[in-house]
Formats: sequence, C-alpha cells, structure tokens
Amino acid sequence: MLHIQNVEKSYRKSGLLAKRSEKVLHGVSFSCHDGECLGIIGESGSGKSTLGRLILGIEKPDHGAILLNGQPIAQRQVRRGQISAVFQDYTSSINPFFTVEQAIREPLDGDGRSRADHGRRVDELLEQVGLSPAYRTRYPHELSGGEAQRVCIARAVANRPRYIVLDEAISSLDVRVQVQVLHLLQELQSVYGMGYIFITHDIQAAAYMCDRMIIFRKGQIVETIDTDRLREVQSDYARTLLGATIII
Amino acid sequence: MKIWKKGSMDKTGSLSLLVVIGVIMAGLFAPLLAPHDPLAVQMSLRYAGPSWEYLLGNDQLGRCILSRLIYGIRPSVLAVLVVLLFSVLIGAVLGFAAGYFRGRIDTWIMRICDVVLSFPGYVMTLAIVGILGVGLENILIAFVLTKWAWFARVIRTSVLQYTEQDYIRFARATGMRHGQIIRRHVIPVTFADIAVVASSSIGAMILQISGFSFLGLGIQAPQAEWGMMLNEAREVMFTRPEMMLPPGMAIVIVVSAFHFLADSLQVALDPRLRQSGVQHDRQPEHKEVPVRL
Repeated sequence: MLHIQNVEKSYRKSGLLAKRSEKVLHGVSFSCHDGECLGIIGESGSGKSTLGRLILGIEKPDHGAILLNGQPIAQRQVRRGQISAVFQDYTSSINPFFTVEQAIREPLDGDGRSRADHGRRVDELLEQVGLSPAYRTRYPHELSGGEAQRVCIARAVANRPRYIVLDEAISSLDVRVQVQVLHLLQELQSVYGMGYIFITHDIQAAAYMCDRMIIFRKGQIVETIDTDRLREVQSDYARTLLGATIII
Repeated sequence: MKIWKKGSMDKTGSLSLLVVIGVIMAGLFAPLLAPHDPLAVQMSLRYAGPSWEYLLGNDQLGRCILSRLIYGIRPSVLAVLVVLLFSVLIGAVLGFAAGYFRGRIDTWIMRICDVVLSFPGYVMTLAIVGILGVGLENILIAFVLTKWAWFARVIRTSVLQYTEQDYIRFARATGMRHGQIIRRHVIPVTFADIAVVASSSIGAMILQISGFSFLGLGIQAPQAEWGMMLNEAREVMFTRPEMMLPPGMAIVIVVSAFHFLADSLQVALDPRLRQSGVQHDRQPEHKEVPVRL
C-alpha cells in the first residue's frame, strides 16, 4: 500500500525585494492499493507533477508523510526495487551516453544476479515492450519517440517494482503511438501486477487506463471517483473537465 | 579505457595526444635528451644561428636554445599541468557538490567563490607570493588558491543543467546512491565541459607563469622557462626577430595540442557526435499518423 497523508509542499519564489513562498500542494491525502491503476488528472500547473516527484522520493514534502508499506518513501532503501517511473520527456529520460542495454540494466544492478542473467532479462524486456534485441546497442538519439518511451517502460519494469509513476508518460507521443503505449502498459500490468500512478491531463487516456481517478486542481483533490462511475461526478470542476473533452 | 578500443579518436586527436605525451616525456627526461647544459654560457656563440651542434642556435649568452627549451618544459608545462590538476580537482569536487545538491551547500560554496573571484587574479597571486616568499612552488600554490574558484563555478553551471534531466530523476527514484549517480550520470556528461575549460586555461597559465618570472617572482634568471625566453627575445625583437620563434612556437604547439586533444576527446566520448558505427535506419514512427476516427 502506498499512503499519501496530508502532504503539503511550497516553493520559494524570490522576488526583487522579498521572498514569498507559493503553496503548490494543500493537504493532499489518498492511498493506492497494490496492483491498482490510479489516475491523477489535472490541468498544467495544478501541482500533479510535484505530487509525482514527492511520491518518487526525489523531493520531500514540507508536511505530511508518504509511506510505502508503512515506511517513509524518502528513504532510499525503502524505494529501492519498489518504485519506478516513466517521464514525459523521452529525449532526456535516457542518458545520451548509454546504449539501450546499459539503460535497461541500470535498475537491475546490485540484485545479486550474474551479468548473463541480466543480459537475458534485457532481451526478454525488449521483447515484452515490442522491440527486437537488435536495439540493445543503439543510443537514445537513434530512437524515435515511441521507441525511446518503450525503452523507458522496459527500464521501469526491469526490476519488477510494486508501483510505477507515469508522469505524463504518453503526452508527448503522437496519437497512434499513444494508443500502442497504453495497450503495452495494460499488458505489462497483467504480467507483473504492479500498481500505476498515472499522472495526466488527458481524461480520456486516464479513463481508458485507470480503475480510479483523482481530479486534481490547484494543489487539492477535488474529487475521487471510480472510472466506471465517471458519469456521476459531483463537482462542477470535474464536470467541466469531462465536458471539455472532445467526444469522438 | 574504451575509447582506445573503439579507435574512435580521429587523426588530429591522436597526433595531439602524441605531441602531449612526447612533450611530457621530454620534460621528465630532460637531462637525457638535452644535447647541452642549458646554463652553459659561451659568449663566442652569442646569437649564433642554427648549426648541427646547436640545432636551434644560441641565445644572447650563447646558451643552447634547444636544451633550454627542453628544460623549460618542466616549469612551463609540467608545473602548469600539476596546478591544473589540483585546481580542477578542487573545483570539480566543490562544483559537483554545489550543482548536484543545490540548496544551502550551493549558496555557501558560491559565496566563497564570489569572495575569491572578487580579487583580480594577479593581485591575489602577488599577495600570496608576498606572504609565502619568492619561488616557483609558491607561485604554483598561489595559482591553485586563486584558480579553483573559477573552475568550481564553471563546473557547477555545467552540472546544474544536467541534474534536472529525467534520467537522473529516474536514478534517484529507483534508489541509487548519490555517489553512484554522480559517477555514472553526471561526470561523463560534464567531462566535455571540464576538458574544454581546463585546456583553454593552460595557455593563459603558461603566460602568467612567465609574467611572474618576468617580475622576478617565479623562475630565477639563469633557469630556463619558455615565457622568460620569450621575454629575453623581446629585447632584441627588431634586430633578431628569429629569437622569438623557438619559445613562441613551443607555446603555440603545446597549447594547440591540448585544445585539439580536448576537442577530439569530447567527440570520442559522446555517442551523439561520434561518426563511426552503423547508421541504423529509423522506423518512421513519427511521420505517418493515420488516425481513424
């Protein structure tokens, strides 16, 4: 279980004379079950990516706690092998000096298995994300956006984490590739059974992927709703969000 | 190192490397290589042109210019390299700490840098030499004390732009140690910047050391040093302009060798710039977008 308890975060903005701090998250609390796909939907600037960074333990909340199985996620040992991430910008997601193989091997390091085992795992992962083993020796600048994002997904699932934070993971791909990647994510979930925290502004993609959705606005949770009852949303904001999507 | 195995250093780079290694070796084994005693004065050979015995001729006191050039490698190149090594090392440690960890560490280190950098370089070095006393070692110590701040600042800026990259976020999220992240992800990508900055300051340092020697604070008169040789040649600039050639060319060759070496190292290490290797044909996943609605 991943518990987010009353988390607050503010950033300092230094103006010309005085420093003022801007609060990005106001007392956010929710939890995510093992194997659940939880969507966090909000507009840009709503603080959803900040929340993602806090869940990944890259930044610490000012107040409140984020607990993975009861232990604070800010501790490196707690995160190790338990949590992983796929980011929006595939161009900066892989170290430009690493080959695809080196990138995927990275989270496997130090799990006590041999190099040959890791090599086989890399092949298996590439196959799972729909890339041929020939991609092993390629560098990130030789990959297209969809391919790079697949490599990032392979890297994220490599050490079988319990949760993966997908921070706008499909937003910078074109529509056809988005659909492919969504399918891929669903397949992988059925194989590995990890939980997804799917952060996006795209309510359609979220509705397709997620079991439960959190509508997020100005650093606060507006509403939490199961996807199959999406039509019954209560709050005005959630309704306008739903209304704003182009129904095809 | 893997670059040698891949053989991806280009010709200019390999040649520069040869020059650099050759010069360093010549400096280390100067007593074996130099044909004459660099300090032996022979007034009969004053300003003599090149001959088979004295390949580059003789200077205003009839000393062998070639031998003086070879002995001059020690203060001019080897000492500069040592200074560079120490100041880049200090600068790198502090720059990495400041750029990677940010926050309070960053503020403190940068304010100290500001203080060090706020004094003009020459004045600061003069003051330190004034305290420690005259001599090459003290000038070198003074150089390290004044140069590190500049390196720290440049390296921090370089580190800063990479720490926000998603692959570093990923490494942190998956629980990798900070030391490991710096070693695997930050050092390789910032290496190019460090190499360029370091190699461009070599030339300036050689000239500064000679500047201090000219003021009588560094190398003392009879000893050979490139900058000082250039300075001695300056006095007869119009009557015997060829005297400037050997030390001048030596400085130009060494400085350009370091520059070219830094350049081709950068290319050899960065897969994006490397031309070798098979060009993979990319699947045009971007181009065709048949959306059926």
